[in-house]
Amino acid sequence: MNIQEFLSIFISSVFIYNVILSRFLGLCPFVAISKDTKQAFAMSAAVTFVITAASIVTWLIYRFLLLPFNLAYLRTLSFVLVIAALVQLIEMVIRKTSPVLYRAFGIYLTLITTNCAVLGAAVLNIDMFFVNGKAVPGSFYYSVFQGFCMGLGYTLAMLIMSGIRERLELCNVPSALKNFPLAFIIASILSLSFMGFSGFKF
Amino acid sequence: MEILFAVIILGSLGLIFGIGLAVASKKFNVQVDPKLEQVQHLLPGANCGACGNPGCFGFAESLLEGKSTVESCRVCSEEIKEKIAGIMGISLEKQTKKIATLHCNGGLRVKDRYIYNGINDCISAKLVLGGQKACVFACLGFGTCQKACPFGAITMSVEGLPVVDKVKCRSCNKCVLACPKKLFSLISVSNTVYVACSSYDTGRDVKMVCPVGCISCKLCEKACKFDAIHVIDNLAVIDYHKCTSCKECVKVCPAKTIRIRE
Repeated sequence: MNIQEFLSIFISSVFIYNVILSRFLGLCPFVAISKDTKQAFAMSAAVTFVITAASIVTWLIYRFLLLPFNLAYLRTLSFVLVIAALVQLIEMVIRKTSPVLYRAFGIYLTLITTNCAVLGAAVLNIDMFFVNGKAVPGSFYYSVFQGFCMGLGYTLAMLIMSGIRERLELCNVPSALKNFPLAFIIASILSLSFMGFSGFKF
Repeated sequence: MEILFAVIILGSLGLIFGIGLAVASKKFNVQVDPKLEQVQHLLPGANCGACGNPGCFGFAESLLEGKSTVESCRVCSEEIKEKIAGIMGISLEKQTKKIATLHCNGGLRVKDRYIYNGINDCISAKLVLGGQKACVFACLGFGTCQKACPFGAITMSVEGLPVVDKVKCRSCNKCVLACPKKLFSLISVSNTVYVACSSYDTGRDVKMVCPVGCISCKLCEKACKFDAIHVIDNLAVIDYHKCTSCKECVKVCPAKTIRIRE
């Protein structure tokens, strides 16, 4: 466990393997909730929070429950279960303790239950930080940090997209391309430009 | 044997989460007023914000807190308002319906000063020397009000003027705020007469640019038996407290500026 490793996780999960633009995970909110920067930011904040929390819980479940019983093949199934329960629990706690935060997250927190970016992050953590059924040194911290950084990458992509789409609202666009078609074109160009980062090797 | 492990582990995982969530939902239970849900269910859900609250949910909340009244929702029909009042246990005061009315009848009859080639929107057009129309007060006709109307009550006619659908209009005030020329106002249904001009120019200047504008001839002022219409700053203005919709002014108006709402 060293600083260098953390830096490389940060750069690779925010830029090189950006969760939306390179790994193509969590695309539905990327298209649906990117019309307004404020909403996009609320959604990304919720996603970052949930991915980080899910990284912690799924790592623990995998290490202490699935591996000892040789049940690694059940990880996807159990992760779905864990994430869904976790999000519900978080929602309840937030609703009780901080109504302001609950209002700010709104429906987004519940939506994340079925967001594939969260499951993708959990599965990727396991793929990267477990070798031959054994956790690499510092695996837990790497997992949590990578989860958090993927959330940051998600936020970055959402903010870029919503910023562009807000500007486009004021432009004279052919009516056939209005809204979603244009959003898809922008997404593809953005994705191409993020592919440029893949030249970096970490 | 292995399949048994899988079943037991996953089953117990599910069971633990289920019980955990059940306990949590009891522990973190938030009491919600059942009235809130009932009221919210009855509200139109257009989230127009005409009541001054952030959406229908915000309105329902402020209703229960007693900060606003049922009447401030301009979208609900009378029937639904009574139902909501019934849930709240209060009586309802009657209010007459108002309809958005455009105070301009120029449209394509008003010539353009220059060719506008910018964004197809009144607000943008107004930024360029106050709009392309020869009359600075005239409707620009790009339909910003049409886009602003959440109920689809405004359509642009072939004459380049917005037409308000009397039935669909819910007097939400959106068009009044959206129009950069401030040409809309809400007038109650019982008053059928209105002045279709907003120009403060003198009669001569109006005549040069628009055949249907108010030329401040004061014939309407003389014709009115109820002292309800006056020419103020070169524009006829109706006092709706006094107006009886007798339509005398409509008959005498030489430019047909004072009109009857269809």
